[in-house]
Amino acid sequence: MSTPISPLILLHPDDNVLVVRAAIRAGDALDIDGARVTATQDVTVGHKLARRALAAGDKVLKYGAPIGSMTATVDVGGHVHMHNMKSDYIASHTRQVVGGSEGGH
Amino acid sequence: MAEMRGFLRSDGRKGIRNVIVVAYLVECAHHVARRIVTLCDDMDVHLIGFPGCYPNSYAFQIMTKLCTHPNVGGVLLLSLGCESFNREALRQAVAASGRPVETLVIQQAGGTKATIEAGRAAVARLKAIADQTPVVPMARHELVVGTICGGSDGTSGITANPAVGRCFDWLVEAGATCIFEETGELVGCERIMSDRAVTPELGAEIEACVQKAERYYTIMGFGSFAPGNAEGGLTTQEEKSMGAYSKSGSSPISGLIKPGDIPPSGGLYLMDVVPDGEPRFGFPNISDNAEIVELIASGSHLILFTTGRGSVVGSAISPVIKVCANPETYSRLSEDMDVNAGRILEGKATLDEVGAEILGLVEAAAAGDRTVSEALGHQEFILTYKSFEPVGPACLPTRAA
Repeated sequence: MSTPISPLILLHPDDNVLVVRAAIRAGDALDIDGARVTATQDVTVGHKLARRALAAGDKVLKYGAPIGSMTATVDVGGHVHMHNMKSDYIASHTRQVVGGSEGGH
Repeated sequence: MAEMRGFLRSDGRKGIRNVIVVAYLVECAHHVARRIVTLCDDMDVHLIGFPGCYPNSYAFQIMTKLCTHPNVGGVLLLSLGCESFNREALRQAVAASGRPVETLVIQQAGGTKATIEAGRAAVARLKAIADQTPVVPMARHELVVGTICGGSDGTSGITANPAVGRCFDWLVEAGATCIFEETGELVGCERIMSDRAVTPELGAEIEACVQKAERYYTIMGFGSFAPGNAEGGLTTQEEKSMGAYSKSGSSPISGLIKPGDIPPSGGLYLMDVVPDGEPRFGFPNISDNAEIVELIASGSHLILFTTGRGSVVGSAISPVIKVCANPETYSRLSEDMDVNAGRILEGKATLDEVGAEILGLVEAAAAGDRTVSEALGHQEFILTYKSFEPVGPACLPTRAA
């Protein structure tokens, strides 16, 4: 193929998020289901971007399965992570929760 | 490629290594045991042990299964003398397995220096006997392979984990035994997983054990989810679970075992690692090596370890093959990795190709090749307190049949 491979992967046709497979920089032009979207921030490999506009309460689908719910709205191409989604099972934690900013365990 | 071969044990099982283990039975004997291992300076003399002075039947069971593991050819037990670990029962179990075993009690042997000297001589005697173990051809169906993920990120569930799943599918097809685990990292997958059980009763047991894990981790206050997982793009426990789950491949699930249970026949098994009853001793497994130890106690000859953030660990007793999920991590830590599954993300390899590469490395390790972590000298080991009830009859339908 002559076109460079997309930095985004769709893992399952039902998914409403895409996985970043090559680091994205703010300002990069992204093709999301044929729509041209400009990346608003740097996003590293393994993170998720919204495939559709999502609202608080929406289930997030990856691998065709629910992986949690939105807690805020996000536009197409926006970063979907701990600031706008949560588990439907057990809350996730970051280093800041335990032992101060450089704590950890 | 060299042919797979095994060290034939008296119970008919075959080991892919012929390790002498030096096992301390309380933390107070740890230093002496470690000095013996260090001074032996032999890649096949490994240190294991249990630090606690209070009795625990789980720890006794795991130590017994490890000391009679097919990869083990001889055992030196290191006791301080006053701890509660039943050293004589363990010695008898090892002796009954046909392996050479010796016990040193520091309080009786004259202290640190004298016990270290006696220990070095004991290891030499044990090794001379273990060296006489017959070496015989080994077939794929005789392999027991465990898998674990550590330092997972958003790439793990796309590259390394499903590639291990392909390898598992081929191994199970060949009649081998494959074990996956960490029910706390399967929260959210319980229904999909129970549909793969060979009987509906086993499916119900699988759902129940994941519910047990969810409850246990909720009481602990944390899921099986580390800050590095979030930095790597994973947001929730169930997202991590879906990625972790793909290590199991697509074979039917033949049974549900607990740590130290030896699967009764070939097939794919889920290991329930979360203790039964009310939480008593803290987190189920405090770090990745605690899970690896349990997979080995259930007979795993080797471990397929997938990592996104970049774990460097290996293990005592059974070699660990490192499958790196993230191409950026691989570029930083390539000298610690056996496989670069990140090529899948870059469009340079398919899941099948990486799965076949992993299978090739399994067979090479069983032919005697050292894995990367093994050659680097990684022999991590950790065993702590737990409590389990035995599995119910619905958990092992093939044994009941």
